[in-house]
Amino acid sequence: MGILDSKIPSGPLADKWTKHKNAIDLVNPANKRNIDVIVVGTGLAGGSAAATLAELGYNVKTFCYQDSPRRAHSIAAQGGINAAKNYQGDGDSNYRLFYDTVKGGDYRSREANVYRLAEVSGNIIDQCVAQGVPFAREYGGLLDNRSFGGVLVSRTFYAKGQTGQQLLLGAYAAMNRQINRGKIQSFNRHEMMDLVKIDGKARGIIARNLVTGEIERHSAHAVVLASGGYGNVFFLSTNAMGSNVMAAWRAHRRGAFFANPCYTQIHPTCIPVSGEHQSKLTLMSESLRNDGRIWVPKHKKDAEAIRNGKLKPIELKEEDRDYYLERRYPAFGNLVPRDVASRAAKERCDAGFGVNKTGEAVYLDFAAAIMRYGKEKALTSGLKDADDNTIRQLGEEVVEAKYGNLFQMYEKIVDENPYKTPMKIYPAVHYTMGGLWVDYNLQTTIEGCYAAGEANFSDHGANRLGASALMQGLADGYFVLPYTIGDYLSKDIRTGKIPTDSAEFEAAEKEVRDRITKLKAGKGTHSVDYYHKKLGKIMWNKCGMSRNAKELQEAIDEISALRADFWENVRVPGSPETKNQELEKAGRVADFLELGELFAKDALSRNESCGGHFREEYQTPEGEALRDDENFKFVSAWEYKGEPKDAVLHKEDLVYENIELKTRSYK
Amino acid sequence: MKLNLKIWRQKDANTKGQIKDYPIDGVDGDMSFLEMMDILNEDLITKGEEPVEFDHDCREGICGSCSMQINGEPHGPDRLVTTCQLHMRKFNDGDTIVIEPFRAKAFPVIKDLIVDRSAFDRIQQAGGYISVNTSGNTVDANAIPINKENADDSFYAAACIGCGACVAACKNASAMLFTSAKVSQFALLPQGQVEATERVQNMVRQMDLEGFGNCTNTGACEVECPKGISLENIARMNREYLSANIKG
Repeated sequence: MGILDSKIPSGPLADKWTKHKNAIDLVNPANKRNIDVIVVGTGLAGGSAAATLAELGYNVKTFCYQDSPRRAHSIAAQGGINAAKNYQGDGDSNYRLFYDTVKGGDYRSREANVYRLAEVSGNIIDQCVAQGVPFAREYGGLLDNRSFGGVLVSRTFYAKGQTGQQLLLGAYAAMNRQINRGKIQSFNRHEMMDLVKIDGKARGIIARNLVTGEIERHSAHAVVLASGGYGNVFFLSTNAMGSNVMAAWRAHRRGAFFANPCYTQIHPTCIPVSGEHQSKLTLMSESLRNDGRIWVPKHKKDAEAIRNGKLKPIELKEEDRDYYLERRYPAFGNLVPRDVASRAAKERCDAGFGVNKTGEAVYLDFAAAIMRYGKEKALTSGLKDADDNTIRQLGEEVVEAKYGNLFQMYEKIVDENPYKTPMKIYPAVHYTMGGLWVDYNLQTTIEGCYAAGEANFSDHGANRLGASALMQGLADGYFVLPYTIGDYLSKDIRTGKIPTDSAEFEAAEKEVRDRITKLKAGKGTHSVDYYHKKLGKIMWNKCGMSRNAKELQEAIDEISALRADFWENVRVPGSPETKNQELEKAGRVADFLELGELFAKDALSRNESCGGHFREEYQTPEGEALRDDENFKFVSAWEYKGEPKDAVLHKEDLVYENIELKTRSYK
Repeated sequence: MKLNLKIWRQKDANTKGQIKDYPIDGVDGDMSFLEMMDILNEDLITKGEEPVEFDHDCREGICGSCSMQINGEPHGPDRLVTTCQLHMRKFNDGDTIVIEPFRAKAFPVIKDLIVDRSAFDRIQQAGGYISVNTSGNTVDANAIPINKENADDSFYAAACIGCGACVAACKNASAMLFTSAKVSQFALLPQGQVEATERVQNMVRQMDLEGFGNCTNTGACEVECPKGISLENIARMNREYLSANIKG
């Protein structure tokens, strides 16, 4: 236990952050010019951190595998960003955002971190508006809000269904300003291959130039990892295809503990899998649940008729439909949190009520909303006796204004008009709550190595509420890390430039080169994707929406065997000295094959159900998650010891001083 | 479906490229265009050949990575979609499909279908931002009310994903639609006014330095833009540029 010092400041919850900021050692602006910081990943967390650190005066180098920071996967976030502004006057406050987040995370997140997140959330919106992020507005010119799952207030700010894009472009613009000033050097189409440690401290990285294949050494006084999550361990997920765990995993292999790898968010509203060819899953924003009602047929015979194409959903009478979320959770209805909505969908489909060919889909229906909005619009337009068709048309226009781009995206993929027939949706892997263990300063167990955004573990617990990922990424990057890193860097003002010709850099570069040679040496005929898909199937079937001890043990054995086969037989064509996408993928999948096993091991060790971790052995008679606070109220932090099977578990006990631990109920 | 693919292969920026034939079978209408390419590549790897490299990432139509010229059109025949959201149901059994990289002097080929679009980044760096510190000491967001129409128009301009289809569609390889979208986003907001003059001058200067061609108002960019970015933005940028130059 002694190893994990969370460094949570003492004192009342609401004062901790202010008190901490006042106690942090500052670095004189003239000294900041002599300090270098590397930021890996340029999404919301990395982009905002890089911009802010550069503005403070540090010399920043950023790295991303994409051709431009603007393409980081934060760009795909649709629905919105939370902030406790209480603009709607519906009772929101920092405490309520904090409370909803801790409860939503099933009491497996760190109180002090979550409170700080809530505390700075309002400032994020001010900052983004000042940067010219075009949020949705009301006719009076003020900002508009909507609601997301797991909460009873409207605190989500949005820009249609493209909030992530607009926020990322804001951070990218802030970066560009610093690039123009010469304070950020950005290395695009570069991938971090290893972390370099000198005297126990993170002092640089080994990177591969993905265009020339060149292996490069970059030194710095601190390294910030903001490289996102590891949802692609499932192969099929809503993550970008290139999204990978390499930066975090390399740091893990160098001594950074990996926390809660088994916590995965399965998002309830994705477009269902259509066939074996599928490479990627597409999300339909949770904001749709503000207006869409989720249902399946009440009778199995109707479900069957729909699956066989003999019955259309719009032909099914109201009384023959089962709006199961509204039935089971009357208080929150369709806006229950993601883990609850996902499990409920799976339960109905497993019971035989699924509505697509494979029986793995439920309906998300906008008919009621279209008519409701249509009536309102007719009245405000002076049409007192509008007929149903006019009302429907007016309603469709309102829905289009709110969600148009999402409806268009659905239609392109599925080839069905969601204004006329309900959308088909099913849960899919979306976000990983686990990540590198960090203390209150966001420092990992390696001195000088920091983790921000989805790459760390601290704020979402066992489940993430919607619109909170954007909030955490920007909070970490704009407002937390740039302060807390000073605490460490203040001791480095006399260090001077870190040379890259040391034995440590030499050794790390050699390891990277050897690994590439080894990847190229495979003698079989299978592609990297062949292994990735196999791994994904094991993960989805045995470590997915529900888990049990027997299958988790099987997963561990199967992944271990698959990994051995991979290193023996994978075929990586082409040369390492040029652009080589297969080689890039091979390096990433090799890491997923280790992480996947640790994931299963973590899931097996946690004998309880909480949030995104549902163990079939631990559930209430109604099928709800059964937590065990007495024995599992801790963060699992795994120490690397070679093979994943040898990883050593360390526990950070979670202390709740301000919230009473209750059974989560959304009824 | 059976298809005959004709694909541009080019080892690197310094090697001459050429079109090669790749017949493919078993293509399903529900596949995206990139999933069809995945199948081709899987087959090539199994046969011991090098796969066709192309940029792609989110596969949700938003990151702007994918950049293929399909039968002469950026992102292919469907309107308002990127290549990753183009589905094979738009093609017929037996079709021949010509697949090339985006062509423009300012977008040099890196390999096969991958081009270097970093010129776009440099245009943004020249002024595509509002110079505000990320200190967290800004005014309350609702202290700057913005007319809803302006906010919406600003959003529509900001919806540009920077894919470069506008450049690839233009006979002059002009980057006017891209540049004007960013200029417009800020021109429509009160926050963007303070440095509007410098912004438009710097961005246009950088755009010209990168070797993009001039705009002759043919409108091909708007037609091929996967995000429906409007030509009005170009008109707005021209106005901004003119008034900036008058002001000096």
